[in-house]
Amino acid sequence: MKTRFLTLAAAAAALAFGTIAAEAKVKACFIYVGPIGDFGWSYQHHQGALEAQKALGGEEQVELAYLESVPEGADAERALERFARSGCNIIFTTSFGYMDATNAVAKKFPDVKFEHATGFKRESPNVSTYNSKFHEGRYVQGIIAAKMSKAGVAGYIASFPIPEVVMGINSFLLGAQSVNPDFKVKVVWANTWFDPGKEADAAKALIDQGVDIITQHTDSTAPMQVASERGIKAFGQASDMIKFGPETQLTSIVDDWGPYYTKRIKAVADGNWEQIDVWGGMKDGHVVMAPYTNMPDDVKAAAEAAQAKITSGELNPFTGPINKQDGTEWLKAGEVAQDGVLLGLNFYVAGVDDKLPQ
Amino acid sequence: MRIELVRRPQHSALFSALSPFIALGLTLVAGAIMFSVLGKNPVEALYYYFIDPLTGIWDPSNRWQLHELAIKAAPLILIAVGLSVCYLSNNWNIGAEGQFIAGAIVGSFIPVVFPGFHSWIVLPLMLILGMAGGAAYAAIPAFFKVRFNTNEILTSLMLVYVAQLFNDWLVRGIWRNPEGMSFPGTIRFSEWAILPQIWPDSGRAHWGFVFALVAAVVVWFMLSKTLKGFEVKVLGQSPRAGRFAGFSSGKVVFFAFLLSGALAGLAGISEVAGPIEHLNEKISIGYGFTAIIVAFLGRLNPLGIVAAGIILALTYLGGESAQIAIGVSDKAVRAFQGMLLFFVLACDTLIHYRIRFVGAPAMKAESGKAGTA
Repeated sequence: MKTRFLTLAAAAAALAFGTIAAEAKVKACFIYVGPIGDFGWSYQHHQGALEAQKALGGEEQVELAYLESVPEGADAERALERFARSGCNIIFTTSFGYMDATNAVAKKFPDVKFEHATGFKRESPNVSTYNSKFHEGRYVQGIIAAKMSKAGVAGYIASFPIPEVVMGINSFLLGAQSVNPDFKVKVVWANTWFDPGKEADAAKALIDQGVDIITQHTDSTAPMQVASERGIKAFGQASDMIKFGPETQLTSIVDDWGPYYTKRIKAVADGNWEQIDVWGGMKDGHVVMAPYTNMPDDVKAAAEAAQAKITSGELNPFTGPINKQDGTEWLKAGEVAQDGVLLGLNFYVAGVDDKLPQ
Repeated sequence: MRIELVRRPQHSALFSALSPFIALGLTLVAGAIMFSVLGKNPVEALYYYFIDPLTGIWDPSNRWQLHELAIKAAPLILIAVGLSVCYLSNNWNIGAEGQFIAGAIVGSFIPVVFPGFHSWIVLPLMLILGMAGGAAYAAIPAFFKVRFNTNEILTSLMLVYVAQLFNDWLVRGIWRNPEGMSFPGTIRFSEWAILPQIWPDSGRAHWGFVFALVAAVVVWFMLSKTLKGFEVKVLGQSPRAGRFAGFSSGKVVFFAFLLSGALAGLAGISEVAGPIEHLNEKISIGYGFTAIIVAFLGRLNPLGIVAAGIILALTYLGGESAQIAIGVSDKAVRAFQGMLLFFVLACDTLIHYRIRFVGAPAMKAESGKAGTA
């Protein structure tokens, strides 16, 4: 009891004088669209931030500050301005909707570095953009789904019809069709990134329509838990969700931001930070697959083989021949989709059982 | 044992005036306890929460925070002022969020559909269209209430979702920026369609805050000094008495809904033409619902609402400031905001009512005097 009191007192004192005592070399700040406890998107960004801090020598070297659940409207600009004024050297804005706010504040604070995730605007030299090729992981998931599914139909819980999500659906289906050309995917648009109730409802609706594999592009663990109750298999999203479905999760695409954050914060510390636009995939360590579980060895082998091919660059999920949903040709045999087209993707490939909301 | 609230025969004028300060004091004490338990220095936490955002009053380098306070408070005040007229006249408009969106959509028509139309008249037209959009959208529940006696709580609330989805459809579909990489959102407005900033040298607060103050004063004058205001209040408190006085309850229903819809619409277009500068699917972050709290926090008095709007905005800013400076979590910040509202409403309630424990022997002697609330 006494020791605990002493620890508390010490902690309180440390906090009280923290502003004077701490002379961190770099202050890295993060703004999150969701709660860091979502076990999905924002959680992984926060894990990346912590990993970077650890890799660069802990609190002595890197001071972290973060704001969670910041809405993507007028509030974001205020939050970023507060960060910039509070002495942040580098600010990571981890959601697409912060794009305009990031560029506006970056103009006002030319000495602060800004890193915007998933955006495309770099209006001043102190703004970089970064993103990951999550669709590479979805291709592997598609292969697993087609090998595991008896119904030949997977359910896909999607968030919003933006290029990245459309790309994921297409890539998943292309992976599945490489195993079973007749494979189908049913899509439900939850119109949210994080709403466990809605996501669970979407999962139940899909299962009632006869799908026997669930995959999601929303951030909560609810679909995994529903799949687990109904005894079917599912894929996790953004983080390893195995503890929410120990007998359910096949694998999960894990967004590993740690290496990138480490590199960029280090660049600020070393004084050689430069504007870049990064779209990293498996090759760069941005996209990591959680262990392949709850599947026979041959399926696991096929998944590992595909993962190895994508990592080596031998396989690109968007390689022709690929037809659009309406039957017209998109990519000729052997043709590879250009990054610019993918980043603005707004159509389905043939075989998606859904009409893309426009 | 049962707990009842019993209306006091008369309430103390002194305590009515002191109530907000008592509430603030209790919030500070409870907050200090919470922050201590979390292992934070309570004095420091409360400083960042309440004082730091206001340091701009004397410190020019922090003046930007006052601008941010005005930006956050403006839509809350505008909407809440309109809602006060609704609630005083016993019209339960819960759909201000939808009217806010409707105003933003209709007001955005000119800069999105005619982006090449550059003239000083663009902005006034947008504001007028915004108000018209909000008022027209509020006219729907008003019409149903007057014509079919429909419950306006349900109709106005349901129309919020309709507005949200319609806006979503617009900015993903026909109004989508063709150069936006397929992301939802319209093109950026031209400079003619952007609300000017009040003092651009020190921050980005725009004229929306001025609109809010003007609206509050005008509605306060209307409610307290004019026959219209008397009509609103009489019909709200006693429709029967109002009818004897020759007031038309149907007309007041329309008046209250159109006024609050227009103000919510003005808030919507001011938000879009102010800090956001284009229409997107994320403009609706609950201002229309938070404004209900602001309206009651300001005791349905437009001038009280100005103070309540600024205080609520302060808790948002202070919350962020505390998160960054001392690392308390977002959850603690929201719990603290909840405490403030809880104490304010509890103090107000206990001035008008007292608590009676039915079944407790000591209280029996007093019971039976007044009806239960």
